[in-house]
Amino acid sequence: MADVMKPILDVRDLRVYYHTSRGPIKAVDGISFSVHRGERFGLVGESGCGKSTTAMALLRLIREPGQIEDGQAHLDGLDIFKLHGEELRKVRWNQISLIPQGAMNSLNPVMRVQEQLADIITIHEGRQPARELRRRIATLLATVGLPARVANLYPHELSGGMKQRVCIAMAIALHPRLIIADELTSALDVVVQRVVIQTLLQVQEQLGTSLILIGHDMGLQAQLVDRLAVMYAGHIAEIGDVGDIFADPLHPYTQLLISSVPTIEEKKHLQAIPGLPPTLLNPPPGCLFQPRCPYAVQRCRVETPLPREVRPGRWVACHLR
Amino acid sequence: MTPPLLEIRSATKIFASGITRRRTTVALDDFSLTIPGEPATITTLAGESGSGKTTLANLVLGFLQPTRGQILYKGRDIARMSRQEWLTYRREVQAIFQDPYEVYNPIYKVDHIFRVIINKFQLARGQAETQELMESSLRVVGLEPGEILGKYPHQLSGGQRQRVMLARAFLLKPRLIVADEPISMLDASLRAMVLDTMMKLKQEFGIAFLYITHDLSTAYQISDHLFILYRGSIAEHGPATVVIKVPKHPYTQLLVQSIPIPNPQRRWKGVINIPVETELGSTAVVGCKFADRCPYVMERCRQAAPPLMAVDTEQQAACYLYAPQQAAAL
Repeated sequence: MADVMKPILDVRDLRVYYHTSRGPIKAVDGISFSVHRGERFGLVGESGCGKSTTAMALLRLIREPGQIEDGQAHLDGLDIFKLHGEELRKVRWNQISLIPQGAMNSLNPVMRVQEQLADIITIHEGRQPARELRRRIATLLATVGLPARVANLYPHELSGGMKQRVCIAMAIALHPRLIIADELTSALDVVVQRVVIQTLLQVQEQLGTSLILIGHDMGLQAQLVDRLAVMYAGHIAEIGDVGDIFADPLHPYTQLLISSVPTIEEKKHLQAIPGLPPTLLNPPPGCLFQPRCPYAVQRCRVETPLPREVRPGRWVACHLR
Repeated sequence: MTPPLLEIRSATKIFASGITRRRTTVALDDFSLTIPGEPATITTLAGESGSGKTTLANLVLGFLQPTRGQILYKGRDIARMSRQEWLTYRREVQAIFQDPYEVYNPIYKVDHIFRVIINKFQLARGQAETQELMESSLRVVGLEPGEILGKYPHQLSGGQRQRVMLARAFLLKPRLIVADEPISMLDASLRAMVLDTMMKLKQEFGIAFLYITHDLSTAYQISDHLFILYRGSIAEHGPATVVIKVPKHPYTQLLVQSIPIPNPQRRWKGVINIPVETELGSTAVVGCKFADRCPYVMERCRQAAPPLMAVDTEQQAACYLYAPQQAAAL
């Protein structure tokens, strides 16, 4: 029982800074969260909040001048940040896979779908008989709802939704335990978006993998995830069950974010959040949302609020809670 | 009777491609729309990428000429305007676009875009009047002049840049602003301010909008009349609230069902599919363009494209499901 409850991914105090001549840009500055087996976990926030940097850090894809400054990320007990060379290569794709932002535009334009999928399999598992590979690729394509003949097409012959499903097929090719999808559908039309998401969720259920869905769209998060973390300026503002967060947002940023989202449920006055996110180069002391927060008090200006568990499973980084 | 502010009559735009120009794409197919002048309204054109919405914006702005059909402004065909009429049109019909950064010249301060048009249209005499005009138009769009003037474009947020474009348009006292995906590149917290500004310009200054978007949620929030485009044709149009709440065309129904509602209690139900042939764009276009995806497809849908049929006093759908009984019996 204890093993079932143990998270598949446990991130503690992750910090990723980009070092510039003017000082470090603190893109991710001390975030902690965990993802359970088979869970769909959402990481939501606006551009520049650190959500994609978090994904890149978990795959150890942060490049100069960026650097993982601090923190641990345990995947089934294995600290990802301590892996090197061959060990690290084995974790990528096999254990964690990433569908990066704009993935469909990074498919190789001069390779057929068949060859691109075959590449992933043979690089990680070694050479295999051609017939076996073809069979496996056909199964993979069927899993993401594409006919086998798609294997013989080039990326430019596919629609955006089909390309994105090829990217999902690539991500699941080696049966990872965790899939991270970053802005999976942000360039797609709504109907296609729904089909792609539907495919991802079906695949996730079939394989029993855990999923981290990164995005800016509160509507999509509401539709898809079990638990949600709201990020702001490199910090996590709030974590909790997605139903609880929408029903009773505790952090002022989450409250404003939810009321700024247009919906077809009701006509409402859309609440804008005044001001701008802070610069992450030498951020000021105190709560980083404080300059835009309608409830800020003196304490918020001097003391950084740390996440506290205000209810079981509900973490909020706000002095007023 | 005064003619409407803008009237598009059966506009068709066909693009030719290939060396022999024989491959053609019908970007817009027999499209008609009327925007009244009084009271000012927000008319929304919603559709997926490739539905023809930007082609329509380009026709209205005179960047493209229609292959067939006419665009009338206050009753005058914009293709036959005199030089003077055209100048007036260019002043009264303004535009804002998707990327509010691209339109700025990064080496000039924000003030520059105001000064250019103030000089061109001789809107002010002297420095003091110019300054006063810039400041008052910025205040109209909810910006504090001190935070904007003297800055470079990159020092502003996307939302600020987009509202500066609205302030610039406002300077010219336009009757109509064509807003092509004005918020799709902005973060959620900044979108509301741009939409609010559009509503304010409509309500307080009588400026009409042609709002072009792929986002039905914002269309629902701000628009009066809504057109749903599918592959260059109108699928359905009517009052925005009615089209979203009681969609009649099967395509509109599919669109509305696919909107991610920000409420975990109201999650998507069931599964939807897009036929592979449709996705590859290889379907023949005879009859209704939506036939291959339509759950209610009938024989006649594949024979001839359905015209717009009245489903209510103000709502029309291009679908045989709403054909008059007698016609259906034939």
